[in-house]
Amino acid sequence: MLIPCPLCGPRDALEFRFVDETVRRPEPQSASPEQWRSYLYLRANRAGAVTELWLHRSGCRQYVVVERDSLTNTVTAARLARKEAVS
Amino acid sequence: MIVGGGVHGLATAYYLARNHGLTNVAVLEQSYLGSGGSGRNTAIIRSNYLTPEGVRFYDRSVKLYEELSTDLNFNVMFSQRGHLTLAHNDASLRTMRWRAEVNALQGVDSDVIGAAEVGRLVPQLDLSDTAHHPILGGLYHPPGGIIRHDAVVWGYARAADALGVHLHQGTEVTGIDVEGDAVRGVQTSRGPISTPVVVNCTAGWATLIADMAGVRLPITTFPLQAAVTEPVRPFLKTVVVSGSLHVYVSQTARGELVFGAAVDPFPSYSMRGSLQFTESVAGHVLELMPALAPLRVLRQWAGLCDMTPDFSPVMGVTPVDGFYLDVGWGTYGFKAGPVAGETMAELVATGKTPELIAGFDLARFAEGRLVGERGAAAVGH
Ligand SMILES: Cc1cc2nc3c(=O)[nH]c(=O)nc-3n(C[C@H](O)[C@H](O)[C@H](O)COP(=O)(O)OP(=O)(O)OC[C@H]3O[C@@H](n4cnc5c(N)ncnc54)[C@H](O)[C@@H]3O)c2cc1C
Ligand SMILES: [Zn+2]
Repeated sequence: MLIPCPLCGPRDALEFRFVDETVRRPEPQSASPEQWRSYLYLRANRAGAVTELWLHRSGCRQYVVVERDSLTNTVTAARLARKEAVS
Repeated sequence: MIVGGGVHGLATAYYLARNHGLTNVAVLEQSYLGSGGSGRNTAIIRSNYLTPEGVRFYDRSVKLYEELSTDLNFNVMFSQRGHLTLAHNDASLRTMRWRAEVNALQGVDSDVIGAAEVGRLVPQLDLSDTAHHPILGGLYHPPGGIIRHDAVVWGYARAADALGVHLHQGTEVTGIDVEGDAVRGVQTSRGPISTPVVVNCTAGWATLIADMAGVRLPITTFPLQAAVTEPVRPFLKTVVVSGSLHVYVSQTARGELVFGAAVDPFPSYSMRGSLQFTESVAGHVLELMPALAPLRVLRQWAGLCDMTPDFSPVMGVTPVDGFYLDVGWGTYGFKAGPVAGETMAELVATGKTPELIAGFDLARFAEGRLVGERGAAAVGH
């Protein structure tokens, strides 16, 4: 499986570390314990198109948002995570 | 209605019929019986877990497995040849002492042994202190062993069928009808069926079935791979596991060596094997047993594992009335087939959650009561 790192170009997935599917973190100050635990533990675990966070550990060491098909492992897109974090 | 024709679905159906006289039960399987993890696992059975809940639960399963050939009138070839987990550092020795104490309290035979005794059990291991991961000792569990996994699946299927349970292969569940928070029926590739009860026994596919009922799960599906060598004369009695090297080895009755490892590094519903797995497992096995170098690998394969955050299963009721879970079996659920079937059947038949599985409920994640088994289950078997 190849991941097209926005900084390094197409690289073997083994250079990366899978972090998690992208989940929205609730506001720590106001979240109830139940909301916080859903964020920690519950996962969509979709079969098909997924959006995930990966770390290019043995490359540029940037976090990358990866669009992938979890049935075929085909990667369709990869973007720098820090560009999205603000929005 | 039971979704999933693996060991869990079939055992649940069998005990519903045998222990509770319920035979208006059907098992729906999208492919063939045993096509999921139940036909792909490395068939290791043990009960030397870390938490009291885990040890009690898996020990009941070992007891049921000991009687299973007689019970099903089908030889499941359970070979209690001993299970040895190696310690390569002080941290793993410490966890092993902890496990041995918990095991002893629950009456499970499990002991920490030194390197010399490890060498007596498995002389082929490299015990030199110049090894990259030197062997300091191990956790030895004599009642652990291996079984013929296909025979377990076939045995349960045949016995359930004989008691009047309906087994439908090639029948994919495509939807679950829920009305007012209660199950009314299922939609399948071969038509609708009305039913007040659906038991989700689909392991790696568990989230997809739970989604149909609107129940969210703490599960991520990861592939787990295994490989087998050409057969050689029997030389290895004990099942050998190394946590630090992420690898385990056993020898089957036919003489093949079976190699297993930890799950693949990222989630997927694809069951393709990878060269990276074969390379790393071969390298690690050779670190443990250098004499195996001339052996050739015959096959490798993968199965899907429904991993939970605490390496314990998710069993019991859900917010949807009539929708039950028997999932979260990760890389370790084959050994649990009999006890899970027995307890799930009791729950469905009586409406009461058996004591043995009370701690594995879905609500533990919302309530923050995790049952941490990582220390005893991180290398998949
Ligand atoms: C390589 C490998 C090694 C392992 N080693 C061990 C080991 O040594 N010891 C151990 O205890 N465990 C081991 N495991 C784990 C073990 O195999 C599983 O936990 C166990 O088999 C799960 O059984 P099950 O009946 O719940 O699920 P499965 O056997 O996976 O059955 C689920 C079934 O559901 C069916 N299904 C899915 N979706 C649908 C649908 N929509 N409609 C109808 N049917 C559907 C699937 O086709 C499948 O047959 C290993 C797993 C793997 C992959
Ligand atoms: Zn990069």
